[in-house]
Amino acid sequence: MGVQNPGYWLPVDLSKYGYKIDDLINIIHVFMLILFVGWGIFFVYCLVRFRAKPGHRANPELIHAKGSKYAEIGVAIFEAVILLGFSMPVWAAYKHAPPDKDKAQHVRVVAQQFAWNFHYPGPDGIFGKTDQKYIDEAANPVGLDPNDPHALDDIVDVNNLHVIRGKPVMLRLSSKDVIHSFWIPVMRVKQDVIPGTVFPIWFEPAENATLGEFDITCAQLCGNNHFKMRGAVHIDTPESFQKWLDSKKVSTQPVNAEEEFKE
Amino acid sequence: MSAGHSHDHGHAHDDHAHGHHELGFIRKWIFSTDHKVIGMQYTVTALVFLFFGFTLMMIMRWQLANPGHVIPFVGSMLSKQLYAGYMNLATEGVLLPEGYNALGAMHGTIMVFLGIVPLAVGGFGNFVMPLQIGAPDMAFPKLNMMSYWVFLPGGLIMLASFFMPGGAAQSGWTSYAPLSVINPGQTAWLVGMIFLITSSLLGSINFIVTIIHMRAPGLTMFRLPFFVWAQFVTAFLLLLAFPPLEAAGVMQLMDRLAGTSFFMPSGLWVSGKAAEWVGGGSPLLWQHLFWFLAHPEVYVLILPAMGIVAEVIANNTRKPLWGYRSMVYAAAFLGFMSFIVWAHHMFMTGMSTKISTFFQTTTMIISIPSVIILTALVISLWGGSIRFNTPMLFAIAFLPMFAIGGLTGLPLGLTSSDIHLHDTYYVIGHFHYVVAPGTIFGMFAGIYYWYPKATGRMMNETLGKLHFWPTFICMNCIFFPMLIQGMMGLSRRTYDPNIYQAGLASLKLHKMISWSAWIMAIAQLPFIFNFFVSMFAGKKVTENPWDSTTLEWAAPSPPPHGNFLTEPKAHRDPYVYSPPGRKDDFLPQHVVLEV
Amino acid sequence: MDVAIPCQVKPHPVTGIANGKLAIWLFLASEVMLFGALFSSYILLRTNAETWPRGHDILSVPLATLNTAVLITSSVTMVMAWAQLMMGNFSKGRKYLAVTLSLACVFLVVKFFEYKDKFHHYQVWFNTPTMVAGHEVTTITGHIEEKTDDFIKFLPDPPKGHKAEAGHHEPIKIETSQIKRLSNYGPWHSNFFAVYFTMTGLHGLHVIGGIIVIGYLLGPGAKLWHRDRQFYINRIENTGLYWHFVDLVWIFLFPCLYLI
Repeated sequence: MGVQNPGYWLPVDLSKYGYKIDDLINIIHVFMLILFVGWGIFFVYCLVRFRAKPGHRANPELIHAKGSKYAEIGVAIFEAVILLGFSMPVWAAYKHAPPDKDKAQHVRVVAQQFAWNFHYPGPDGIFGKTDQKYIDEAANPVGLDPNDPHALDDIVDVNNLHVIRGKPVMLRLSSKDVIHSFWIPVMRVKQDVIPGTVFPIWFEPAENATLGEFDITCAQLCGNNHFKMRGAVHIDTPESFQKWLDSKKVSTQPVNAEEEFKE
Repeated sequence: MSAGHSHDHGHAHDDHAHGHHELGFIRKWIFSTDHKVIGMQYTVTALVFLFFGFTLMMIMRWQLANPGHVIPFVGSMLSKQLYAGYMNLATEGVLLPEGYNALGAMHGTIMVFLGIVPLAVGGFGNFVMPLQIGAPDMAFPKLNMMSYWVFLPGGLIMLASFFMPGGAAQSGWTSYAPLSVINPGQTAWLVGMIFLITSSLLGSINFIVTIIHMRAPGLTMFRLPFFVWAQFVTAFLLLLAFPPLEAAGVMQLMDRLAGTSFFMPSGLWVSGKAAEWVGGGSPLLWQHLFWFLAHPEVYVLILPAMGIVAEVIANNTRKPLWGYRSMVYAAAFLGFMSFIVWAHHMFMTGMSTKISTFFQTTTMIISIPSVIILTALVISLWGGSIRFNTPMLFAIAFLPMFAIGGLTGLPLGLTSSDIHLHDTYYVIGHFHYVVAPGTIFGMFAGIYYWYPKATGRMMNETLGKLHFWPTFICMNCIFFPMLIQGMMGLSRRTYDPNIYQAGLASLKLHKMISWSAWIMAIAQLPFIFNFFVSMFAGKKVTENPWDSTTLEWAAPSPPPHGNFLTEPKAHRDPYVYSPPGRKDDFLPQHVVLEV
Repeated sequence: MDVAIPCQVKPHPVTGIANGKLAIWLFLASEVMLFGALFSSYILLRTNAETWPRGHDILSVPLATLNTAVLITSSVTMVMAWAQLMMGNFSKGRKYLAVTLSLACVFLVVKFFEYKDKFHHYQVWFNTPTMVAGHEVTTITGHIEEKTDDFIKFLPDPPKGHKAEAGHHEPIKIETSQIKRLSNYGPWHSNFFAVYFTMTGLHGLHVIGGIIVIGYLLGPGAKLWHRDRQFYINRIENTGLYWHFVDLVWIFLFPCLYLI
């Protein structure tokens, strides 16, 4: 599976496993529609057939009760199927099958009012140490330790997440201040970012995902400029990713976040 | 209070029956201990709050439909700097993000805690329930008065917070910490909430004692009208679910005022510097305590409406409710289950799979009793002789609206589909379908239905229909597009959605929603006119204008202080309509059949 | 002017109790939820915390034990008041009620001194480890003797087990530049004290509520005895139920905060 346009007004799906969620949403909505239309026909039929007419009197005995029992049991069975057959397995696949650590791209995400800081480990593949005391809102937003050799090659990019098609991405989410919620609609991933905790999530852009820039949204009210807390996920080929990486290396470390912001 | 006029003719009976003196205006209408007066106080206050909350939303809808444009009519008023340090909602006529957040938080708070709960429980519960059980008043009339006079300051504090330094609360009606601890304006919200919670507690104790102890002779629990059952379950929810929020409110107040860290984790870095809180707290603790109240709260909002709808449907189909007992059991089960589903609001917080599995399972289970009640109400239509008067129109419109609201809860209650839909406009569409065209339609049905009992006069039918149809259409034009926007991936609580792909794509829907909301405001004018003018000009009625069976219709309209002229006795089930072998198509509970 | 309310004094034939008693039980149910939420929060915060102090290290167990005894005694005298009234001894009942009231006030006075002590007791955290009385420490506790913009004169607490010989310890001078954080033992000190002050504070408010009700029944409310004896006794009984609950909450608070 991979890129698909799932319909039902859902946004395009560029991830490898997002179709599972789309399928579940579709199945539920078809079921809801059937139930509502069936119920609605009965409802409207009752209203029309049993409207008050002169000389007509209500008949308390005339009741078709079995239908309701079947309807209720039917709903219960459907819910059980959806729950056990779809929702739980999809959730398990999403939350309990992390990608191979060595094959995945690792990024730390540090949310703050009102930006997403993406911290890449750089060529050495090891995240430099960070500490609150080194934080400089403009020059060093995640607080990289300048004395740590692993930190020297690290890249911090504000509001821009670069990923490669077909390569799984592991994110470690944390927040500096309040609760945010990290959401990439086209990847079908969403996770609240709770200050004081680090939470891992992962996703995989499909092999044939459309290249380009897509929204990252903060889904949890986080302050006055919550609406402005927009990031962008850039879906790259390995080549374009390398090109971006090279462009980052030229700049002096730690990166000048101010400039990034303008971009 | 406004209904004073028509009350007078019942007073002669009152003096006769209980031998007390004429009360002064203040004792009779302001500090009254009469459950009917308190009910009307609650009703009118809550309607005012509802309209105010709706007005806040209409301002927000302008920003969403026309981002960054000057708000017509009120823009300049909102931009006025009242004093130094005053928080403006707008500058130069354009809504500010903090203004948008304040309006949003207060819209939610006002609608839920100052509008619907006081209307459904304080208004209808107070007025109707003692009459329906044949009681002379509530068990504790003074406590009842106190609950209104604790509610009102709570509401006024909330309103006054707009004019306090720092402005009104801006952290959503859910007030998630740490944001709510950091943001200005939250203190007044918390203090107001503590008043409202206290008021609800006083009310709920009173309701339960009244229902258990003060039913008329012969009125066994299974002869109670469904509305009373709904109030009974609701009162238990209020009694047991509100105190944890009170505890949470006290803790958040401590975090704000005493510098404690109940909800503040270690190492916070706020606006460019390390935060002052010592840390070690848990932001999720707030969410757990909040939703432990706020999910039962959903059923506090919906159960009384279901009760009203059941009354109106039984009366206007002219036949007994089908499956009365199963409805009662379903309501009780619903009440119980509502205490163990709260964390389905928190699937995205990173809870463990075991916990989320538990909560999505209970969430699926809780949908079953709702289905039972809804099915019972629809099947009740079968074989009836349906009168389409205004209360009935609102009551039957409630059914499909609540059905949509309930069904759209399914994809949100399942963890996996919730990944995409959580915190989007889909959520807003979903719960508004439950409470706006759902509960509020139930409330309108109740107002049209019991208005003659409260005032002795009917509301105008033509104006009623002029109120119903545009409201019904507009409601759907407002909330259905939100479901679509949510599917498109539009995040809720965004001041300017147009910077997102999903927001740009759904701008047209936003415009449609906003226009529908404004038209709906105009559609409320016939109702307001009808409500006030009918007090003086409505058609006069006797005690039972709807040919109804339950006990409240045995009392005069309006009922005097003490309610009944002779003590009522219940001789049969609540909804004996169209009994075979009788000329009348209704047999009231209190009527003694001659052998 | 009042409407006659059934079951106001006489018990309901089915439930066997009057309105007031049913109401007080319902009220206590909601109170259980209130304190239940607070105790749950306490457990959650404590289990998630890296370090959590032992109550008996920083709170006064003797004072709390005294208060426990005071409250339990007041519960007993409350029952005695009710029993005397049941036997028709109005004046004796009132005396017991007065004793209950005084014990409640004693509880609050003791609590006041406990609180006051906390607000005058300070902890200093140093920027760098500092020599105090021959040991290198990062933090010390004690009392402030003098405070200026540049320094504080600080009287450290004697080491544990060396009480009463305060003469050994001289005030020390700490430069403001050395101080990372200075805090008294108020609710802002740490989550332990946040929990301590919030829970005992709310409990204290309940005690004050009890004092107001008992005071009313002792004073103006006592007129009811002459009008409707049973009604008055019911009120005393319901107040007693509430008072036992307040007592019970303290019996949970005492070990949870002071002992474990």
